[in-house]
Amino acid sequence: MQQLTTIGLNHYLTISALLLGFGLFAVMTRKNAIVVLMGVELILNAANINFLAFSKYNGGMQGVMFALFVIVIAAAEAAIALAVVINIFKIFKSVDVSERDSLKE
Amino acid sequence: MSTQTTTVIFYLFAALTVCSAAFVVLTRNVIYSAFSLLFTFFGVAALYVFLSADFLAVTQVVVYVGGILVLLLFGVMFTNSIMNPGQKTEVSNTLAGSLLFLGVTGGVLYSFFASPGWMSTGKTLQGSIVGPVGFETMSRYVLPFEMVSILLLAALIGAAFLARFDKKGNS
Repeated sequence: MQQLTTIGLNHYLTISALLLGFGLFAVMTRKNAIVVLMGVELILNAANINFLAFSKYNGGMQGVMFALFVIVIAAAEAAIALAVVINIFKIFKSVDVSERDSLKE
Repeated sequence: MSTQTTTVIFYLFAALTVCSAAFVVLTRNVIYSAFSLLFTFFGVAALYVFLSADFLAVTQVVVYVGGILVLLLFGVMFTNSIMNPGQKTEVSNTLAGSLLFLGVTGGVLYSFFASPGWMSTGKTLQGSIVGPVGFETMSRYVLPFEMVSILLLAALIGAAFLARFDKKGNS
């Protein structure tokens, strides 16, 4: 009971493990490329929670700075990936990633 | 604020985050997934506040909710024909995906809880981190900071180049 009522490191690690699992599930099972991207965003958020949790209970700033750079790179990744997905939709009229094995017609 | 209240609020936000993340991956409707992702991002931002990373929480709301989620919604609407607004996503490998979810989550949680405990340095982050973030950005992390700015510029040019209309006009 004491473990449940005082918020510690393990609470945050549990949440991030669940988010990682859901993200992997989305990447594995969905055929729509946009939903696969959402799964990747969930995985990045899980990693960020871990960075910040360890930073909080360590007292250092390394985890915070890493999380900041992860957010920037997630933004760049989302922009590029959506440009690619829109191009694929223009060429093939569908975003089903299980059928695509090339980027050209 | 008493510890009791903080604990209750933490569990509320944790439940919001996990339940909406589960809804993102379990619903078939792409629009529902996108809007459920909104709640996940807000819940994660609230968890950042609990981790005394207030600057990161605001950045999360601005970048993820204001930027990435809008991009994803644009993607959903671009790749969606007007005739079927409730676009469904096909599902494959459900058994393998469930096994992967159970295996990874169970393994990670087992390794967390079966270990005898983390070594503590005895100090934690307290108060606002805006000042330390600015200090670290301009001192120890100035090279990654500049590299990330070049990466963002390259991503901007690359995305605009990839998503442009071609010259023949047959979009």
